[in-house]
Amino acid sequence: MTVSSLESRTREFFERVSNGGKVEMTDWMPDDYRREVLKFIEMHANSEIMGALPEREWINRAPTIHRKLALTAKIQDEVGHSQLLYRLAEDLGKSREQMFTDLLDGRTKFHNVFHYPTYTWADAGIIAWLVDAAAILSQKALLDCSYAPYARTMAKICWEESFHIKHGYDIVVTMMNGTDRQREMVQDALNRWWGPLMQFHGPRTPRETDKDIAWGIKARANEELRQEFLSLYVPRIRELGLTIPDPNLRYDEERGVWEYTEPDWNELRSVVTGHGPRSQERLGFRRMSYEQEAWVRRAVMGRPVV
Amino acid sequence: MEKKVYEVFRQERDGKPFVHSGNVEAPDDALALQYAREMFGRRGESFRLWVVLRDAVLELSDRDLLSPALDRSFRTVQGYRLRDKLAAAQGREAGT
Ligand SMILES: [Fe+2]
Ligand SMILES: [Fe+2]
Repeated sequence: MTVSSLESRTREFFERVSNGGKVEMTDWMPDDYRREVLKFIEMHANSEIMGALPEREWINRAPTIHRKLALTAKIQDEVGHSQLLYRLAEDLGKSREQMFTDLLDGRTKFHNVFHYPTYTWADAGIIAWLVDAAAILSQKALLDCSYAPYARTMAKICWEESFHIKHGYDIVVTMMNGTDRQREMVQDALNRWWGPLMQFHGPRTPRETDKDIAWGIKARANEELRQEFLSLYVPRIRELGLTIPDPNLRYDEERGVWEYTEPDWNELRSVVTGHGPRSQERLGFRRMSYEQEAWVRRAVMGRPVV
Repeated sequence: MEKKVYEVFRQERDGKPFVHSGNVEAPDDALALQYAREMFGRRGESFRLWVVLRDAVLELSDRDLLSPALDRSFRTVQGYRLRDKLAAAQGREAGT
């Protein structure tokens, strides 16, 4: 390809995707686009597999056999999501080994909410209800992604996520109907998760400067997602008798927006770069199981096990 | 030349899933694509086609594996009945 034909091909490509055109894995795409989609999907895949860890801590402590079954099913889904997503990323040209090494060595990231500790069963409820709710809003904004294989995978993932949210809601509502001590546990979990939840969708990058929006990778800006999260969940949280730990949280009727205390963006930056309260412990666990289970990978790939 | 059967998956619009639509018989890949185009794309009804050797398709249809007898409703949204519990929680909140 000559330089000028590459340039015009690239220009045509971006014009197509910014007008709703779709890209299949087998299509030609500019390196910039491939890199961006890969980075996006890889971070998503990392988050799914790392997201299984905080909840995993509760499998053996679930209060009933039904909760244990449901929690295990949810965690199985999350690990399955990471499998689907790593597969997409591999198709874009990066090997799974490389993605795992980068994750374990801190060269790639995973979502802020999975860097925090869990203390009680109420955390399992708040994570499944509200963390998954925040995540599903981001994921729904990918259903029309310009990279079509990602969009189709997202349809399956969103379908599975709806059970996660419902189960989390069920845990929280059940506890709110329980004893004072149980209600305190839920309130305490909400107090701890609220900050990370408000940081979850990221800083207010304006639509116009968001490359992922320009290239049709995602449909909605960070602040739009946070506003929708607040509109959907603030009423549901409050009607259960819970208090949201932000004295500045209010809906401005005139402007039609939620006002809130500015999320701590320094905390977000430091947490996602591996300095969160549980970042290193969780990565350590992931590293341990990656090494311990190496023989399974070799067996699955048909290579000698020893 | 020995003929082979190719299964054809049709994508109706850009970005949509590929859906199985039928098959063609052809002596080689190039003709398989040509026949698929004639059979499943001549009215502009396909945005893309995937043409796959039938021998390459693996099937799983064991009901014991795909719809096991044990109750799996805890994996579904319908498995959770929240109405009464939620009303109780809301009622308690309203009462305080
Ligand atoms: Fe997930
Ligand atoms: Fe989930």
